[in-house]
Amino acid sequence: MSSALPVTLTVNGETLTRLVEPRETLADFLRRDLGLTGTHAGCEMGVCGACLVMLDGAPVHACLTFAVQADGAEIATVEGLTENGVLADLQHAFHQRNALQCGFCTPGMLVSAQGLLARTALPSRAEIRDALSGNYCRCTGYEAIVDAIETVARRRAAGETAAPFMEEPA
Amino acid sequence: MKARAFDYARPASVAEALTAFEQADGDASYIAGGQSLVPALALRLQAPARLVDIAHIAELRGIAVEEGWLRLGALTRHVELHDHPLVATHAPLLALAAPHVAHPAIRNRGTLGGSVALADPAAEFPAMLLAMDAEMEITGPEGSRRVPAGDFFQDLYQTALEPGELLVALHIPAAGPGHRCAFDEIARRRGDYALAGCGVMLTMPGDIVDEARIACLAVGSTPLRARAAEAALIGRRLDPDSIRKAQSALADDLDPPDDAEVPAAMRLHLARVLLGRLLGGMAEAA
Repeated sequence: MSSALPVTLTVNGETLTRLVEPRETLADFLRRDLGLTGTHAGCEMGVCGACLVMLDGAPVHACLTFAVQADGAEIATVEGLTENGVLADLQHAFHQRNALQCGFCTPGMLVSAQGLLARTALPSRAEIRDALSGNYCRCTGYEAIVDAIETVARRRAAGETAAPFMEEPA
Repeated sequence: MKARAFDYARPASVAEALTAFEQADGDASYIAGGQSLVPALALRLQAPARLVDIAHIAELRGIAVEEGWLRLGALTRHVELHDHPLVATHAPLLALAAPHVAHPAIRNRGTLGGSVALADPAAEFPAMLLAMDAEMEITGPEGSRRVPAGDFFQDLYQTALEPGELLVALHIPAAGPGHRCAFDEIARRRGDYALAGCGVMLTMPGDIVDEARIACLAVGSTPLRARAAEAALIGRRLDPDSIRKAQSALADDLDPPDDAEVPAAMRLHLARVLLGRLLGGMAEAA
């Protein structure tokens, strides 16, 4: 009853066409078809926020969008946003402040934080918490995450930039 | 969980959408933002044979003021209701309610038409449309019609939409100057379904309340107008006495159901607390 359909979209700057089954979510498409496993599939019902990606520049749940719906869209995943340095300062700050433990929620947290700071240059702590209300972290208790985002907001407002995130040498 | 297999149509016009729906013999769903539908599919609460994706239909977009009415295309996203200057000016209750709807990522994708067509009793926008006497523009195989919000929300998830009909736009009498609006809700966590919510719109040319519109959410099977509470305010000053009378009158407007989590008396209490806070804030600002 449901045959695969062609979908053309831009992922991390590269335009590609693939056949997808209509029921395949964008999250599964990114992970399985493209191997972009930085987008995490958690609850798969729009509650935990681990699968957030940028769709046409705004954070959305990749689990609440079917890949066919993203035809013509521009997607940026945590991999693309790392490569082009957009998240570099947030990643540094998360690292510095220990704002992650297991890391499962981190890609979604970074995308939410980026979405918030694009809309609100200097959010209050309450606004940061509000923006993270759809991102579950079961390790950190959020305090360090809020600290890291607050730090980056101040640095960005002061015009500071950061080098692309790299793992420190062992 | 994953959605059951379905086939997918992406019409470019309302006429094509109606046809695509009809061809599925009633076993279809329209999808726009999908922020409530996709979880329902993933949980297999729904499993239509066909999804008709209306998100690319230009006729369903747009925010404009025409002859005293604000027209909001059904595809207007929650984030646009929050940001758009015409909404802030002419339908401020929607702009005030928007930050309370789910989470930012949901608001980037969810649509006003989707929220209205679903008619969740805890949803913010349906209640605010009821408060503003909005009219729903519906198109179906039989043609187009406009249904007042008061007739649109019929029961739990039941609306005036017949199967296959499409919600095209929302029309709201544009609020002129002299209106004051307030909205708040109580939820256990930010973004959760509200335990009770309330929006108020007052017209006060001077000290005296000329017109009052109050609608509540999450206190019944549909959004509800609080006519008795409105009547308690009209023709009076907004002071502690009239506010108390309005709070007390809510008992005549609302008859919340008892459920496992929240007793009926608690929902009524929360609605009264909210109304008191909102009106108190408006009195102070006056």
